[in-house]
Amino acid sequence: MDISMTRTKERRSNLSSKFKLNKRTAPYYFIAPAVILFVLFTLYPFFRTILLSFYSYERGRYIYSGISNYQRLFSDAIFFKALSNTFTYLLIQVPLMSTLSLILAVALNSKIIKWKSQFRVAFFLPSVTEMIAYSIIFSLFLSDKGLLNYLLSILGIESIPWLIHPFWAKVSIMVALTWRWTGYNMIIMLAGLQGISDTLYEAAEIDGASRFQQFLHITIPQMKPIILFSMLMSTIGTINLFSEPFILTKGGPSNSTISLGLYLYNQGFMNLNFGYASAISVVLLIITAIMSFIQMKAGGKDNGGL
Amino acid sequence: MVDSKNKIKTVLSYSIIIIGVIVSLFPFYWMFIGATNSSADIFSFPPKMIPGKSFMKNLTALNEQIDLQKVIFNSFFVAITYTIFTLTISSIAGYAFAKFEFKGRNYLFGAILLTMMLPGQATMIPLFDIMKTFGWLNSYKAVIIPGIANAFGIFLMRQNMLKVPDSLIEAARIDGCGEFAIFYKIVLPTMRPSIAALGIYMFMFQWGNFMWQLIVLNDSSMKTLPVALSSLVGLSRVDYGQVLLGASLSTLPVIAIFLILQKQFISGILGGALKE
Repeated sequence: MDISMTRTKERRSNLSSKFKLNKRTAPYYFIAPAVILFVLFTLYPFFRTILLSFYSYERGRYIYSGISNYQRLFSDAIFFKALSNTFTYLLIQVPLMSTLSLILAVALNSKIIKWKSQFRVAFFLPSVTEMIAYSIIFSLFLSDKGLLNYLLSILGIESIPWLIHPFWAKVSIMVALTWRWTGYNMIIMLAGLQGISDTLYEAAEIDGASRFQQFLHITIPQMKPIILFSMLMSTIGTINLFSEPFILTKGGPSNSTISLGLYLYNQGFMNLNFGYASAISVVLLIITAIMSFIQMKAGGKDNGGL
Repeated sequence: MVDSKNKIKTVLSYSIIIIGVIVSLFPFYWMFIGATNSSADIFSFPPKMIPGKSFMKNLTALNEQIDLQKVIFNSFFVAITYTIFTLTISSIAGYAFAKFEFKGRNYLFGAILLTMMLPGQATMIPLFDIMKTFGWLNSYKAVIIPGIANAFGIFLMRQNMLKVPDSLIEAARIDGCGEFAIFYKIVLPTMRPSIAALGIYMFMFQWGNFMWQLIVLNDSSMKTLPVALSSLVGLSRVDYGQVLLGASLSTLPVIAIFLILQKQFISGILGGALKE
């Protein structure tokens, strides 16, 4: 009797010591809140999106509909429009902006430049501006009688139908995106430039390499991982594009600027086609994964890639 | 020869930078000017480039359209609460990932990193359903809680916690300090710069977290400043003096915080974003 009592007691204290906060258990307690929240608000919705993409939402209920959402996607002209728009932004805006960022970073990195930190702040400011404010400013700049057309009229150039014409509307979105994110990428690249050792340039100088050769054979290779990182971030941002077309053009005219993010919003939250919108999400996800993979592969093992 | 070459380089570098700075800053100037002008002045040819006299008029009119006090309060409340929660959870989880060995640590950390790549839109619909099920739509909870466990936050804190010397933690253990006390009293105080950087980042993120707020907040008394502003732009007759005033109001806090803490912010974010 006595012995069994102590045994239970022992077992109990063993049990409670198992859950007591100590060096061994502490990490589990410390990550628990984050893990629970992740499971509930990221992991579960993630798998549910995939599941829902096989359902259609009718009168407040989800009804299993097989791959019909995906079949519909493949014959949906607006979806392909959104897809091609997204790739247009990716192929034109991201490289242009990255080049611009690199040029600015190199200019700012040169030793002769003073007030570096002030300039840095000025360049960074657009990226911290609240989305809606910035979209509103650009919608005004680019409007028919906006500032940009005024400046063009001074130069004697006919005004451009920025937000109204399918081609110029796309240009408008890219102009706005470039304004917002060039400085941010420039700061990232500047940090990379500052990390390149001076001795590399000094050695090249002794070997008689010109400035341009130095840029091509030292700066660019050394900067590869950083350029890669900044382009990857821009790519993910572009695939998710929403606010700019939402405010500037509503995706128009005739869907010439609609992005996947905006189309998803329209289908999901305007038309309440939750199943169909989920299928768009899945496509978005796959594209993100593929693009990230390609860019990391392109970087090569030594350059922070895969 | 060398001198003139250097001169050209200096001039060229400065011109590139100064043009860039003007392009970066001008829209802000123009927005603040617009906030003091009437809608007609904003669209006048040539556009007005100096402050006008309509500031008070715009303010009164804007306040009639959207309950400014309430909307500004909502924005601040949501951003500050979110920041506090996410800092707490990020730093404690980051500490565990940086300073403890435990089963599945690397897999778990890898999984969290992967979610950084996950587009927000990919989880939006089920998340909306969850909010509906919980009855959280049109409440602060819907805006604040789903994003509290932030992958970037955990990543950044973990990177910075790696620098805390193990000996410091071991010494505290030998002194009989409890595990939570070690984190709270010894490790956390050394993390102040990282916490500041992450805090600014999270505040800004939530302040401008437009798409999600637009989806879960419909009630006008719950709307944040960006959401209220976007509803103004949707009106058939838009008064741009008012709108630009609203835009200025929603930009000012972020600019102010950024200008005050820009050093911590830029170095903190870069420290996390780039491998050294």
